[in-house]
Amino acid sequence: MASGPSTYTPSNGLMRWLDARLPIVRFANDNLLTFPTPKNLNYSYTFGAILLYCLVIQIVTGIVLAMHFVPNAALAFNSVEYIMRDVNYGWLLRYIHMNGASFFFIAVYVHILRGLYYGSYKDPREVLWILGVIIFLLMMATGFLGYTLPWSQMSLWGANVITNLLGALLGTDFTQWLWGGFSVDNPTLQRFFSLHYLLPFVILGVSVLHIWALHHVGNSNPTGIDPKGPQDTVPLMPYYTAKYFFVITVFTIFFAFVVFYAPNLFGHVDHYVEGNPLKTPAHIAPEWYLGAFYAMLRAMDFNFLFIDSKLLGVLTMLGAIGILFIVPWLDTSKVRSANYRPVYWWCFWIFVADYAMLSWAGLQPAGVILLQTGVGADGAPTGFSITHLSQIGTAYYFAFFIIIMPLLGLFETPRALPESIAQAVLGKKRGGGAAAPAGAAAAPESRV
Amino acid sequence: MRKIIIAAALTLGTVLPFGAAQASTAGAEPPHVDFSFDGLFGTFDRNQLKRGFQVYKEVCSSCHSLKLLAYRNLKDPGGPEFTEDEAKALAAEAQIPTLDDAGEPTTRKGTLADHFAYQTTPQEHATLKGAYGSIPPDLSLMAKGREHGPVYIHALISVGYEHEAPEGVTIPAGGNYNSIFPGGVIAMPKPLSDGQVAYAEKEIPQTVDQYAKDVSAFLMWVAEPKLEARHRLGFGVILFLGIMGVLFFLSYRRVWRNVDH
Amino acid sequence: MFSAAAAGVGVAVTAWPFIDQMNPSAATQALSTTEVDLTPITPGQQITVMWQGKPTWVRRRTPEEVAQIRAIPNSELKDPQPDQERVQKAEWLVVIGICTHLGCIPNRDNSGEQGGYLCACHGSVYDGSGRIMRGPAPLNLAVPPYAFLSDTLVRIG
Repeated sequence: MASGPSTYTPSNGLMRWLDARLPIVRFANDNLLTFPTPKNLNYSYTFGAILLYCLVIQIVTGIVLAMHFVPNAALAFNSVEYIMRDVNYGWLLRYIHMNGASFFFIAVYVHILRGLYYGSYKDPREVLWILGVIIFLLMMATGFLGYTLPWSQMSLWGANVITNLLGALLGTDFTQWLWGGFSVDNPTLQRFFSLHYLLPFVILGVSVLHIWALHHVGNSNPTGIDPKGPQDTVPLMPYYTAKYFFVITVFTIFFAFVVFYAPNLFGHVDHYVEGNPLKTPAHIAPEWYLGAFYAMLRAMDFNFLFIDSKLLGVLTMLGAIGILFIVPWLDTSKVRSANYRPVYWWCFWIFVADYAMLSWAGLQPAGVILLQTGVGADGAPTGFSITHLSQIGTAYYFAFFIIIMPLLGLFETPRALPESIAQAVLGKKRGGGAAAPAGAAAAPESRV
Repeated sequence: MRKIIIAAALTLGTVLPFGAAQASTAGAEPPHVDFSFDGLFGTFDRNQLKRGFQVYKEVCSSCHSLKLLAYRNLKDPGGPEFTEDEAKALAAEAQIPTLDDAGEPTTRKGTLADHFAYQTTPQEHATLKGAYGSIPPDLSLMAKGREHGPVYIHALISVGYEHEAPEGVTIPAGGNYNSIFPGGVIAMPKPLSDGQVAYAEKEIPQTVDQYAKDVSAFLMWVAEPKLEARHRLGFGVILFLGIMGVLFFLSYRRVWRNVDH
Repeated sequence: MFSAAAAGVGVAVTAWPFIDQMNPSAATQALSTTEVDLTPITPGQQITVMWQGKPTWVRRRTPEEVAQIRAIPNSELKDPQPDQERVQKAEWLVVIGICTHLGCIPNRDNSGEQGGYLCACHGSVYDGSGRIMRGPAPLNLAVPPYAFLSDTLVRIG
């Protein structure tokens, strides 16, 4: 699994016996201890480890919460409150699990954007990237399913909106199959609970493949050039494990602050109102981490050819996720890291701002007017609305992938790359900054 | 570093200018109230919770239940902290519907394990529904289930009723104008008036504003009974993590001391 | 080749129960339609039945009410739709009694012009065809699918 030859030598007869039958100690040695890791990885490269930590937190808290939760439409809401009030430390476990989802997504967004910035999806890491997109999709599904379980107004109506969207694409027979009835009701809750319990273990499985792929091809790094030998790498243990312990602790401080002092920061007040199928809340919002996709869905308020606006919205939303799968082939640039791509650097950060803006827009009521330009026939203000903003945001989102990525690789002149990681590191130490020493201004390598 | 600052500014700059946008159907912004449970070290004021409980019991409870609150909770640490005997006495005042040996409906005295669910019989539901058009909502989570929580509750039952309906707002029969309530029309008549509840503590003003503050604080405790435990545990956890973070940082630097990176 | 086909059929047949179990169960199916006997409803009277968990009104309108309702010009309506499109028989109105604003249940309001409905929550006013006249609600009350099985029996759903 790990790239490079194994360095493990069994220390005694028993270990040799075991190594010949199940080389698990060798496996752990090669992947957890001696795995050669580029020595120039910055803090943005620690989020993979943080994500694994988040997954473990969610699975452990989820398993104990499931010991008290009742997946029944009449009892679910009260069973969550029972956890919050009567179960010993239930409030703590529930707040960790609830906010853990948000922190999981904060970490995954940093992780994905880091991949986009440093071109971590490029040859030979395409499969690694695709496995990551699959994990991201599974996370969204798990997050959405978990969001429905407390059976609050937000849960119930959020589930209603999302399942009806799928209905727009696949028809009423499909939604009734998904619901197990004629509306979101008890059968829906029970199957959502079952799947919410299942999916994290699927994520765990795909994560193993993801890490396997990573350890097969090795880490990318901020220069985007491959390690040339031992002078460019350090063993994972103790160098990066020490770093992981530190960053995970810092991450946990932020996490703990929210859990203990602002536990409902990411939530919506309607999560504390019991679900009522006869009463629609004034404003249905998804969790913040799905806001961008929801904004793109609502941005499609026009018909296109024979596709009506509702279906177009669903296709846009699915397309926004689907396009991530082909990113490795959309980007034509030979240079991996945005540090050496001056134009891409700007496009990338505008993309980050665009995504943040869409995430925000998705949580706002759709009709809100941001810049009033006039008054409509019915006296309501008209002008530049959230929908218009979302349309611009959606346009840039897609343009980034299908226009900027392919074209920029053809027209952009990258900065000179350093010759090796060791040299880049030494250049930085001498105060050279991003500009590499004169001798390093060589042609980009053949396979970068 | 400069690049990172530009990038951060770009990200924030896109989002912040629109932060002030508001939905138009919402009620007026409730005036701010300082509560003892605000802030990182906030705790409940026991006497305020007891007063708030009195207001709930004498005013609100005739229509609104607190299904998630049990009488035993009245003596729990972090709440109003009535003594066990006081809590038992309060529970015994309640008439809990039950069935006698012959299967006929009757009532029994409440115990510490019972909940504040008064309007549970279909007849009582029907009476309230006839009077107000709908069943008055349960208040157990009201302080968490509305924007601004206790600040909103305070404003709704005090200043909300102080204004006349503006021009163009028609109040349907059985409705009341309330400037804080989204939509402006509320079925609940003005619940509080000065001097309505007699507090034992004479130095506390017996005004609508004070009643509203006390009952809002009480409802916050009902909605979040573990708030004090959470604030206390959080301090210890974060302090511990801070120390651990420093130690891990030092060992990280020590491990890397001989590596250029 | 045939073995592979046989295995494929076997897998598909085995998978079916696992897929079909998610469809509405027999108990749920039993509630998918509601049959309403119209004989006890006198002119001007309305009953509420539950259809798929939603309160659904069946109202027998008098000819005067129908005439008044149909006299309302489309231009006065927020969500224009003639009464004729909303009912199958002029006498019988079948609508889902959930306010399209925030889902409260409106009440009969006989003080109004057309024997309409008033939603007490936020003051939306509907006419005797369930069409929105005033107030914050955006749409007319929804009409469920229904069919007259005979003159005195209607099946909703």
